[in-house]
Amino acid sequence: MTQKRMTETSAEDLLKTAAVWQDEGRKVALATVIKTWGSSPRQAGSMMIIDQNMTMLGSVSGGCIEGAVIQEALEIMNHGKAGILEFGVGDEQAWDVGLACGGTIQVYVERLEKA
Amino acid sequence: MKRTTLDQLNVAKAAKETAVLLTDLKSGEQKLIYPLRPDTQHPLLDDLKTAIRDDRSYVLETEDGETFVQVFNPPLRLIIVGAVHISQFLVPMAQSAGYEVILIDPRSAFGNKARFPNCEITNEWPDEAMEDLKPDHRTAVVLLTHDPKLDDPALEASLKSEAFYIGALGSKRTHTKRLDRLEHLKNLNRIEGPIGLDIGAKNPAEIAVSILASITKSLRHGDKT
Repeated sequence: MTQKRMTETSAEDLLKTAAVWQDEGRKVALATVIKTWGSSPRQAGSMMIIDQNMTMLGSVSGGCIEGAVIQEALEIMNHGKAGILEFGVGDEQAWDVGLACGGTIQVYVERLEKA
Repeated sequence: MKRTTLDQLNVAKAAKETAVLLTDLKSGEQKLIYPLRPDTQHPLLDDLKTAIRDDRSYVLETEDGETFVQVFNPPLRLIIVGAVHISQFLVPMAQSAGYEVILIDPRSAFGNKARFPNCEITNEWPDEAMEDLKPDHRTAVVLLTHDPKLDDPALEASLKSEAFYIGALGSKRTHTKRLDRLEHLKNLNRIEGPIGLDIGAKNPAEIAVSILASITKSLRHGDKT
């Protein structure tokens, strides 16, 4: 009866989906923006979830760095050691992944444990 | 993140309760706290409450290293009393800004799906509807009926709630009369009247812009002017 229109997926919906994915037997990693400098499209606290097949939901930038975050997430899903990724102008990797927005951003990537 | 932590965050969301997740960025250790529960104690409680109000997550630098303070607030809601012409513009604007919008109007000629196809509508009386909806600190309430029979009971309920914004349509004269009628209530200065930022709005769409602007200002600036 009630039709709701959402303009962005809230972090809470992502977390619900993360639980569903894990229950389906998928490996799940969470990526969270923890710091930004300069112009950045997503503020601290923005999240993205990733599974082992590189399915992603949510975002940590305007689409500039998601590819690199996924690569890191795949490794973290396996070895389990959380890490911080930093992207910014002047950073080789940032140019590679095309962080054209002119900001710097730190992303915390962690594995969703089973218990 | 532990699965138990994730489950607790999902429970808090379902209960529309604010939670804060503290992540030690070196060890990866996480702790979930509920700063708005009256019995919660934490050395940073005041800072955490400010972060909650500002809806701002940040890295806290301490002698022991860095901790990420992540705020999980319940979703924003806008309750509009009065399915009037201004509401037809305000509903989609507020939805675009991320609000879940609920429209209250007991007059089904106004509050119906034909006029508001994409919005939750209740035809209950405002005081009953407000009791069900329980406005919280992430809720804004807007009164647009011009009719004291409808506006006043909703105002009374809003003033007892933690709604972060309460606004009522009407000229300065109308608002003065309203304040006289509601003299017996506390915290009448929480009501913005006339409603909206003064941007010289003339037509319903512009008035909707001024209302959403004022709500945004309350949300982001709080008590700061």
